[in-house]
Amino acid sequence: MISVDIKKRLGDFQLDAQFEVPAGVTAIFGRSGSGKTSLVNAVAGLLRPDAGRIAVGDTVLYDSTQKTHLPPQQRRIGYVFQDARLFPHMTVMRNLTYGGDHDAERVIGVLGLEHLLTRMPAGLSGGERQRVALGRALMCNPQLLLMDEPLAALDAPRKAEILPFIERLRDEVKIPMLYVSHDVSEVARLATTLVVLEAGQVATVGPVGTVLSQPATVPLVGVRAAGAVITTKVAGRLLDDGLTELAFSGGRLMLPGILGVLGQTVRIRIPAQDVILAKDRPTGLSALNVLPVTITQVEQGRGPGMAVGLLAGKDHLLARVTRRSALRMELAVGQQIFAIIKATAVGPEDIGR
Amino acid sequence: MMDTLGPAEWTAIWLSLRVALVATLGALPVAIWVAYVLARKSFPGRQLLNGLVHLPLVLPPVVTGYLLLVLFGQQGPIGSVLYQTFGISFAFRWTGAALAAAIMAFPLMVRAIRLGFEAVDAGLEDAAATLGASRGRIWRSVTLPLVLPGVLAGAILGFAKALGEFGATITFVAAIPGQTQTIPTAIYGLLQVPGSEPAIVGLVIVSVVLAMGALLVSEWLARRMAKRLGKP
Repeated sequence: MISVDIKKRLGDFQLDAQFEVPAGVTAIFGRSGSGKTSLVNAVAGLLRPDAGRIAVGDTVLYDSTQKTHLPPQQRRIGYVFQDARLFPHMTVMRNLTYGGDHDAERVIGVLGLEHLLTRMPAGLSGGERQRVALGRALMCNPQLLLMDEPLAALDAPRKAEILPFIERLRDEVKIPMLYVSHDVSEVARLATTLVVLEAGQVATVGPVGTVLSQPATVPLVGVRAAGAVITTKVAGRLLDDGLTELAFSGGRLMLPGILGVLGQTVRIRIPAQDVILAKDRPTGLSALNVLPVTITQVEQGRGPGMAVGLLAGKDHLLARVTRRSALRMELAVGQQIFAIIKATAVGPEDIGR
Repeated sequence: MMDTLGPAEWTAIWLSLRVALVATLGALPVAIWVAYVLARKSFPGRQLLNGLVHLPLVLPPVVTGYLLLVLFGQQGPIGSVLYQTFGISFAFRWTGAALAAAIMAFPLMVRAIRLGFEAVDAGLEDAAATLGASRGRIWRSVTLPLVLPGVLAGAILGFAKALGEFGATITFVAAIPGQTQTIPTAIYGLLQVPGSEPAIVGLVIVSVVLAMGALLVSEWLARRMAKRLGKP
């Protein structure tokens, strides 16, 4: 359990954030300038709040009423910065062991750092630097790992190189993480819990699937980034066509690519703008995935769009349509309709374990 | 060249080296501390300290020398205390020349070292803190090694300045051969004496050689350090 209650004035900006989240990976999501970095800096002890309380499990890190403010050195919190911050005058090995050598062999193995140990940071690629920074934080044996947009400075292939490592940390090391990001795909793939910050305040908090599937979240994350996250299982492979069939409570989906072995759990994010709604089961359509759904919510957006919450089986989906078509179709809560999802709508970056 | 320099000139050369070395080494720790404070801390009076540090750079050296004479002379408020409690005297002694050189070199040293501190990413110190390093260890293992090129540049600059200091030195401690007569004051003295051109040329060559030597050594050290930091 991580509980955060921070009030901090920074010039004209007021950070006033309260949330309580279970262990696991908590994504702190928000636009730039929403206070994400200030928030994790306060948790790390690098920024002293004006008032509030921060606790990880039973350890109180900061409490303004009791004048508790542990220095960063005593917090046992690993921090992976966006810019890695490796010490430029030390080899990779000395960087890694700077704060300790907890579980060194395993960390080096998991992160694939064996061949880098004698190199200097200046000679490393961006992805390698972030892996070293991650290893360095882990070797301190932290009780919590903070990651401030660790992948933001990397291009897509480098991101794809590191994401599996972070998934392994989540699933194998089971270390709690606060993961700052402004990339919904990353959040959907990694996080268990989602905190959305807007202008220094917590706009919404909850399990990632629930929060992202709520129509009310659409304006917070942006209309293009909005989309539900569902957990599916690999139900079959259509080898001839290079498709994978995924089963979830609302039916089956066919997506391109080999997404895992039979029975494996796969998390996918379905972008709201790629879900088409139809009143009758459509025929003569190229889209492979047609799911019967029930409308749970119709939310007016900020622009000409509307967000429609859908229930497919026990899973929530999200569709974005224009107000014009919503009126023409007379969409209403409780209505039984069909959701059409193009197989290629779910990109490789939206698929995780 | 050697025979153009008489014993008086050699005395001036050795004295200059001693004065410049003592001035640089004595001022360096203070300069590092002041540079750190100016680069990293914000406190009331920061601008005042900054101005005070830079004063010798903008004041006429004669004025600085005169102020030293007033403050550090044996009757001066600081000089008398130092003399009575520690027996340290500056007036018309080589220690006075070193003090004058140190004061004059100080602003240049602080400027170079401050640039060094400003070039060190404070984020690295934050990172070290989250990794559990104490403030002392952060200073020793991160800040100091990274600021070393700046410290070196400051020290070389200070040494060169101390070697060539003229105005404040001659005002504060005059130019007593064997006591306070450094290379610049010796050259100035020789200029008043007809027929001493060979000795002047000799001292000028020594000055150029020392200055070039200091530059080459600093270049070499800077390159070695850059290599250690992994820069191409």
